[in-house]
Amino acid sequence: MDVEKFLTAISEAAGISGYEFPVAQLIKAEMSKHADEMREDTLGNVVIYKRGGGEDRQRILIAAHMDEIGLMVTKIERGGFLRFTTVGGIDLRTIVGQEVIVFGKEKIPGILGAKAPHITSSEERSKPYPSEDLYIDLALPEDDVKRIVSVGDLVMISRKAVKLHGKRIAGKAMDDRAGVAVLLSCLQELSRLEHTADLYAVATVQEEVGIRGATTATYGIVPDIGIAVDVTHGEMPGVDEHRTSCLGKGPAIAVGPNIHPRVGQELIRIAKEYNIPHQLEAAPGPTGTDARAIQVSRDGIATGLVSVPLRYMHTSVELLDLEDIKMAGRLLAYFVAAVNREFVEELKCYC
Amino acid sequence: MKKLLKKLSETYGPSGREDRIRDVITGELQGFCDEIFTDKMGNLIAVKKGTAAKIMVAAHMDEIGVIVTYIDKKGFLRFSNVGGVSPYILLGQRVRFENGTVGTVGMEKIKDSKEISLEKLYLDIGAKDREEAERFVKVGDIAVYDREAVFANNRMIGKAMDDRCGCAVLIRALQELGQTDNEIYAVFTTQEEVGLRGARTSSYHLNPDIGLAIDVTTVGDTPKAEKMAVALGKGAAIKVKDASVISHPKIKALLTELAERNDIPYQFEVLTAGGTDAGAIHLTREGIPSGVISVPCRYVHTPGEMIDLADAANACRLLKAFLETPHSELQQIYSCSAL
Amino acid sequence: MLLLKLSEADGVSGNEGKVRALLKEELASATDDIWTDTLGNLFARKGKGKKPRVMVAAHMDEVGLMVVGYEKSGLLKVTKVGSVDDRVLVSKPVLVGEKCLPGVIGAKAIHLQKPGERRNILEIENLYVDIGATSKEEAAELVNIGDYVAFAAKPHEIGNNCLAGKAFDDRAGCAVVAELLKEDFPLELTAVFMVQEEVGLRGSLVAAHAVHPDFALVIEGTTANDVAGVKDTGYVTKLGCGPAITIMDSSFITQKKVLNLLVNTAEKHGIPYQIRQLTTAGTDAGAISRAHEGIPAAVLSVPCRYIHSPASIINLDDYKNTLRLAKAFLVAIAEGGLSFEETAEKIK
Repeated sequence: MDVEKFLTAISEAAGISGYEFPVAQLIKAEMSKHADEMREDTLGNVVIYKRGGGEDRQRILIAAHMDEIGLMVTKIERGGFLRFTTVGGIDLRTIVGQEVIVFGKEKIPGILGAKAPHITSSEERSKPYPSEDLYIDLALPEDDVKRIVSVGDLVMISRKAVKLHGKRIAGKAMDDRAGVAVLLSCLQELSRLEHTADLYAVATVQEEVGIRGATTATYGIVPDIGIAVDVTHGEMPGVDEHRTSCLGKGPAIAVGPNIHPRVGQELIRIAKEYNIPHQLEAAPGPTGTDARAIQVSRDGIATGLVSVPLRYMHTSVELLDLEDIKMAGRLLAYFVAAVNREFVEELKCYC
Repeated sequence: MKKLLKKLSETYGPSGREDRIRDVITGELQGFCDEIFTDKMGNLIAVKKGTAAKIMVAAHMDEIGVIVTYIDKKGFLRFSNVGGVSPYILLGQRVRFENGTVGTVGMEKIKDSKEISLEKLYLDIGAKDREEAERFVKVGDIAVYDREAVFANNRMIGKAMDDRCGCAVLIRALQELGQTDNEIYAVFTTQEEVGLRGARTSSYHLNPDIGLAIDVTTVGDTPKAEKMAVALGKGAAIKVKDASVISHPKIKALLTELAERNDIPYQFEVLTAGGTDAGAIHLTREGIPSGVISVPCRYVHTPGEMIDLADAANACRLLKAFLETPHSELQQIYSCSAL
Repeated sequence: MLLLKLSEADGVSGNEGKVRALLKEELASATDDIWTDTLGNLFARKGKGKKPRVMVAAHMDEVGLMVVGYEKSGLLKVTKVGSVDDRVLVSKPVLVGEKCLPGVIGAKAIHLQKPGERRNILEIENLYVDIGATSKEEAAELVNIGDYVAFAAKPHEIGNNCLAGKAFDDRAGCAVVAELLKEDFPLELTAVFMVQEEVGLRGSLVAAHAVHPDFALVIEGTTANDVAGVKDTGYVTKLGCGPAITIMDSSFITQKKVLNLLVNTAEKHGIPYQIRQLTTAGTDAGAISRAHEGIPAAVLSVPCRYIHSPASIINLDDYKNTLRLAKAFLVAIAEGGLSFEETAEKIK
């Protein structure tokens, strides 16, 4: 499948942290075409295994998280209105007036109610809605709500992906379905290349609630090298340009304590050798990505991080450039193809 | 349950200093398990041998407290918190050290009640100077609330219901357990209140197929409480999510089904802050499917924690039903699917 | 003196190479069982196969800065690595990148600031590292994005038997551990010099998983706060009063039997010690104690004033007494002072 089509499909699919199976189904269906083996672990991480051609095969993990942020019902109020909490970090100001889908015994649509300006005072309007006042309106009688919805049910913002001018696309959950699309792009590129190393491409769960899936997946796979693929903040007015990356200028390769120096250098070298546009991202500490967990698994894993620049993170209109996804996929494919025993052995050698 | 819970509640056992409570629990379990031992982190592990699913059930035996950081010339003790202790709650309380020394919490003179902080509080153990104080208490000693557990109708009020109530539920479940082939590890964990530490190392050690935590949860049924559905007296709470774990969907589903099948009153719990031992267990090694049965509790982390005994009894019934679940049913939860 | 060389070397979290090289050279004569891991932790072992297996550990990294971008003028934009107080940054000399290019941290001159501005903290967003480059292009030639920036400070003696300098947290600990490895104890001793403590106890987590010892002793540098304007209830530790023993911090609680052995050992040998008053902040012991099925541990700290700044102070007697107590404690452990019986063995 074309990467754009795949990204659109998985962006629109549901997969809130802890309940990733709807999106996992789509991912498995498509990725299996490139897999020698595939499995799902107890927490739900989807592991796609592609065997290398060598005798003495090194193990490379590339992880992108497939979970997305969302809401969860905490209480059903009189009248059938739903109170909720967030799953992952959401700016509640961005969800007022959104259409949502509640995953009860059946899927039902709802609205995040917002009082009309006519009946709010100017003082009220000058402040964000107090989070404890927000609710979901299903426009159903209380009894029906109670029959269909339970405390603990999930709520997702309803959003179709929007193709914009040129190569740009916007939608929900691009963080980190964009990374999952990079995995597919990498697998597609890799089918044309020779590689000795084994590749474990993993769509991880529960990143948004504390980088949990990558923790257990890495422990189970015991890779020689682990690379996380995630999104990073794109440039925009009012934000320090040194803290962002540019859309359309290729993936951002991270450097810093979370990254093994040789893995970082090798990614940069590969990008230069194959004329893949790229940018550098300085990460002064453990990153808020799967790379944080991968690095400290077991005796320590040589870790890298490749990110797709994206604007409006953690909203339902996350925006990115499709070319960055393809470039990231190509970069990772050539990286995998270049890994050999000598490279891996040197990762433990600090002379 | 009443008597057991009262005893557990009143026993001393702050995080890192769980020896006394461990001894009490060990006593209760004699004759009800095949093996019992203490691990390197001080966790108490009671084993019921079996050949089917390996289930770890964790209830933390530590409680919050205060630790002495400085003793001044006049014999006043400065302290800081062990776990989540609020200075507002501490004010005017009586606390007790492991050796029985009792102190009362005093406060420096302040102008505004907003200024209350742990730094402004001190303990007075009645000593006339530092020398006398040091005969009873050393820097680094930990005190807990000094509070008798009492009954109020079918409810119980006392300190450390978090999580001695969970300990009581787990002890009772082991004592009353029916026939099962499952191998059960009842783990009374240490240092939960300071970061789920005992659960983390014990689950790594035991490497179970399934993890379950028994803990208390906050409620939404008191005046101006947070908007959550859990209420005292409405049954055992099946956790869906808190800050540390999203319960495994299949475990949540099984617990729900067991409650329905056995007519056990239950409610779903979504806790917005706070965590429990399952948070550590489910991230162990390659991942261990985990869930939580909670007992609703009002006024958590105060000396007046209140639980409903019927909720505790229902939590116990639900736990037993879970532990007695046939192997084939449990296997569906933890078997990795090769595709 | 090793401690002086260690203090002067730059080794911001993730870039500990120079410190590692110094230690490797220092320990080469003590043992040839030396290796590094994927994260850059340095391990050195003596007495392989003996029991019990003890790990002594200190972290090599220090707090610092990292280059995130260039200004048109050739100034460097930086961000913090580890916990640095913005207020200590301004007007300090630094070293930039692998080539250790000298630079200074500059801010707008007081003349150019409005009266209101002067009351504000000079935050890192408004500070620049100036290496003398005259354009963005020139700066980019010399320095890469992600290059580390360390405080430049030569340690020297000060006052009564004290040392002033940077990074005594935890180079003092590194020096103590290196000295311990030169001694012979009747146990298996693995010295671990760890990376990335200041960014979240990351080196120790994997090191403890790899070594899997029966016991771990962590040597740290900790805050001394016995200065003007601080009440004695707020000291944390005091300079010159001996090594500090941790009972509890935000990552770790010392087991009672371990604590007792430590205190009794100090008293038996007449070594001064103090109890660390603060119960917050974490050390590598937090990560180590949670590895595998749990690893009992202890923390001994050299008190250090103005920690995490380019000008901190330690007392040399505290340093020596930390080493003395660590030695005596290891002997006490070797003599069976702690039991490491594996109750765990009962489980199949």
